[in-house]
Amino acid sequence: MPENAPHPVKCGLEVHQQLDTGKLFCRCPTTLDEETTVEITRRLRPTHSEMGDVDTAALAEARKGRTYHYEASPHTSCLVEADEEPPHPINEDALNTVLTIALLTNANPVDEVHTMRKIVIDGSNTTGFQRTALVATEGSIETSEGTVELEAMALEEDAARIMERGQHQARYRLDRLGIPLIEIATAPQLHSPEQVREAALTLGTMIRATGKAKRGLGTIRQDLNISIPGGARVEIKGVQDLDMLPENVTTEKARQEFLIDLASRLEKTAHPDNIPNEPTDVTRLFEDTNANVITNALDAGHTVHALALPGFHGHLGTKDDEHRLGRELAGYARSQGTRGLFHTDELPAYGITENEVNAVHDALGTTPGEDAFCLVAAEETTARNALDMVAHRARLAFEGVPEETRQALEDGSTRYLRPLSGSARMYPETDVPPARVTSDRLDALGENLPEMPEEKAQRYEEELGLNEEVAGPLAKSVHAGLFDALAEEGVDASLAASAILQIRPQVESEGVTVSDDLLRGGVLAVEEGAFTKDALEEVLLTAAQEGSTVDEAVESLGLGGLSEDEAREIVEEIVEGSSGLVEERGMGAMGALMGQAMGRLRGKVEGETVNRLVREAIQERSG
Amino acid sequence: MTPPSPVDRLLDEENAEPGDRVRIQTQGDTYEGILMPRHAFSGQDTLVVKLESGYNLGLRLTEDDTLERLETPPRTEPETIPPEPREDLPTVALLGTGGTIASFVEYRTGAVYPATSPDELAAAVPEAFEHANIDPHVVFEAFSEDLTPTHWLELADAIENAFNDGAQGIVITHGTDTLHYTATALSLLFNQLPGPVVLVGAQRSSDRPSSDAATNLTAAVRLAANERIGEVTIVMHETMSDTTWSIHAAGRARKMHTSRRDAFQSLNHPPLGRITPNEIQWDTQPHPPSDEIQRHGTITDAVSLIQSYPSLTENELLAAAKNQQGLVLAGTGLGHIRNDLIPTLETIIDEGTLVTVASQCLNGRTNLYVYENGRELVQAGCIPTNDMLPETAYVKLAWALGTADTTEEAKTLFQEPQARETTPRTAYHYPTGGNADA
Repeated sequence: MPENAPHPVKCGLEVHQQLDTGKLFCRCPTTLDEETTVEITRRLRPTHSEMGDVDTAALAEARKGRTYHYEASPHTSCLVEADEEPPHPINEDALNTVLTIALLTNANPVDEVHTMRKIVIDGSNTTGFQRTALVATEGSIETSEGTVELEAMALEEDAARIMERGQHQARYRLDRLGIPLIEIATAPQLHSPEQVREAALTLGTMIRATGKAKRGLGTIRQDLNISIPGGARVEIKGVQDLDMLPENVTTEKARQEFLIDLASRLEKTAHPDNIPNEPTDVTRLFEDTNANVITNALDAGHTVHALALPGFHGHLGTKDDEHRLGRELAGYARSQGTRGLFHTDELPAYGITENEVNAVHDALGTTPGEDAFCLVAAEETTARNALDMVAHRARLAFEGVPEETRQALEDGSTRYLRPLSGSARMYPETDVPPARVTSDRLDALGENLPEMPEEKAQRYEEELGLNEEVAGPLAKSVHAGLFDALAEEGVDASLAASAILQIRPQVESEGVTVSDDLLRGGVLAVEEGAFTKDALEEVLLTAAQEGSTVDEAVESLGLGGLSEDEAREIVEEIVEGSSGLVEERGMGAMGALMGQAMGRLRGKVEGETVNRLVREAIQERSG
Repeated sequence: MTPPSPVDRLLDEENAEPGDRVRIQTQGDTYEGILMPRHAFSGQDTLVVKLESGYNLGLRLTEDDTLERLETPPRTEPETIPPEPREDLPTVALLGTGGTIASFVEYRTGAVYPATSPDELAAAVPEAFEHANIDPHVVFEAFSEDLTPTHWLELADAIENAFNDGAQGIVITHGTDTLHYTATALSLLFNQLPGPVVLVGAQRSSDRPSSDAATNLTAAVRLAANERIGEVTIVMHETMSDTTWSIHAAGRARKMHTSRRDAFQSLNHPPLGRITPNEIQWDTQPHPPSDEIQRHGTITDAVSLIQSYPSLTENELLAAAKNQQGLVLAGTGLGHIRNDLIPTLETIIDEGTLVTVASQCLNGRTNLYVYENGRELVQAGCIPTNDMLPETAYVKLAWALGTADTTEEAKTLFQEPQARETTPRTAYHYPTGGNADA
């Protein structure tokens, strides 16, 4: 490839990581909750002013006219999440975390942090907006393919959890609303699927190094901006798995290439002006249909509407095509609350007969084999709105790739969510005072920068005596903070490392969760001699299964440390009981007696000690 | 005088104002964006800029930094829809007193402007116009905490004019802090009303999608347009949900929460009814409308409201009563005050000030005969307020003293039920406040 050739793909990455600092604008914890004792029903009502004149994204949501139900519990939310109380000042701990990342990436922190309202009216925020604040600009990180600039670092509140999404209503839980998210956006300077993954990994590691990152599923999300030459900026939201990022880049690149190619093919057979503005009601043509989806819809009092797509025959594609216009159209239709649509490139099928297809062609005045049409069976307004969107999308097909926000799916593909948001939908959150970023504050943070994994690994090896194979992975893992805390408390480094890297995963493979607190309790108990390291796995498993404390688990397992004298008595008893064997074989009886002794002393006395005691007892007897 | 900060100087030199596009160079970095108004809590050395991304940020500027004004983009104008008057709809006068029931965000600067003209309102709250032809008037523009009894009288005049001009009902948009004082005053200033007078406010400002302003206004307009009643009511959210609205009787409702949508609660009297998305339900028979409008009396501002508390001093009591015609004492429990202050009250009464005793409990009736303390208050000449809220008693005393020719007559006017502000029977009704949809 020549030096100046355009890159085949240009990606920007946004990493969103939840912080474990308490919520951003109230003092609620950042835990999720299964209790729901509070129920609130709301509607969001964007006025023309909130729409501004450019806010296509908000307008698309507003058209859905939904009712929102919120469920909450007093343990994880308060009146702030319910939008029944103004926000409190911004969480300084969370802000310091973002400023720390700014320092680590040589970014420019702003002098005053201003919280903004970003209009979001899908109900996921009770207020109708997400609070977000720009904290720093112009940082950079290194990747193996070069330096990547960081355009912005922001601090924002997470949205409520979606529990149920219906056609005219949605149900959310308020526990997640308001959890701080650090958002880091790179410039569109990532040029390969692997570089995207590497950048995400680097940023994720850096945030975790602050010790303020939340752990677990759903606590980190990546958004991708992708465009290719001749394509358009497409934002892919919510990639949870780092390893899926390269796949997402590859798939989106292919989708855009397909759409560019489609535009040039469409131009030859169709024209956007020929797409009608209004769909046609064709309900009567399906009164006697055998298509289940349609009969069910008609039974519910719904309608069937059709939209003619003149000259589109063969361009919509079938299930055999990985990328197809039909799927794009269906995505736009679904954004209006329909289940999907039928189109002629796939018909007859699904119980819709050729006669019915021809009857619709007749009604629309379109020609089979040249023209296409889409059918939507739904409540009338929904059907009309859906086909409006289909017509809009079909017209966009002539231009190639529309700017869109799409949702990442687990298989690496995406689905349409909404048009790309404009920037005008932000206005000041007047209820939150600006936060000053003074040089004193930055100096103080600069003196306490977190240790990066490489430095950590080195310290683990040099100061704590861990070997390289353990030190490296531990330093990079999300558990490094826990390990550091245990080491700080004086726990033996190899005990702490093996508890974290081996014993906990082993116990958790039984389907239970070992919390950091439980693990710490277990390790400290071993350190104090309450039981031995061999029994740690058993103790943790019991405690996790029974929801009990370490002490209770030790008790119920009948462990509990023995003094050496007590152990010696037991050993002597065993040796006494096998006196014949000892007389016969002397030290050769060691193996058998050791087995018996461990059977009674496991977890209570270290194996090494038992070994010595058995040896001494045999010597005494045979000696 | 403090010398102008580098920010002021830079803005001055370039003649830059909020809304202008500017380029700033500070410490080797360049920022371009729209100049924003400085936040009240921003540093004097800080300039606020809105970037292309939509974010605002504050930049601390020094003498070495530069600012360049690039252009002044046109201001975005509010969208307006001229409402079509419909002959089949009643006319409702919308009296604005300040507070923004509907507003328009100027995106360039983030400034919020109230929608006051019919055209702006129709664009902002089109659903309200489905129930009535709305005739908006701005009576005054004030935060409700800044209102005085003079404003109540101005508002009464505006109500009279609006009914005389043919309005079938009246909706008053009002800040929520003192909305219940105004409602009580209006309920006393008219002894006959030809149609509903509905006060309405909002707990979430109208510049956000979750505002309760538009739905509260629409509920109030429905009541004003459709119900043939002749009394003053307050319409606000019944719960935290956007599903039902309570109709409170003037004199009985009180703002009981600083921020919740259902902040207004009726005390000692159940709400008169409820507005649902489909109907208006009455639990108490509303007062019928009269043929004519009739004013009743006026209001003096020579009345104080003071709360009794453990370290209250004689001097504070005397200061509260000084030059006042009336004093409402929100006492403890059934209506008590520290015993050693009773002689002071007696002095105040002897000097001609009417003293009434309400309760800080808010819920329940005063009774000055149960304890020695109360009996001494009666002997000193204090008048119990019975089941009147302290604020209701305060407004009513100001009205009674403003209206009556003699103190004795004022005492009678104060004690007799005038509207719904007091009844001889104490209701079971006792809002415990609480859960969302409970």
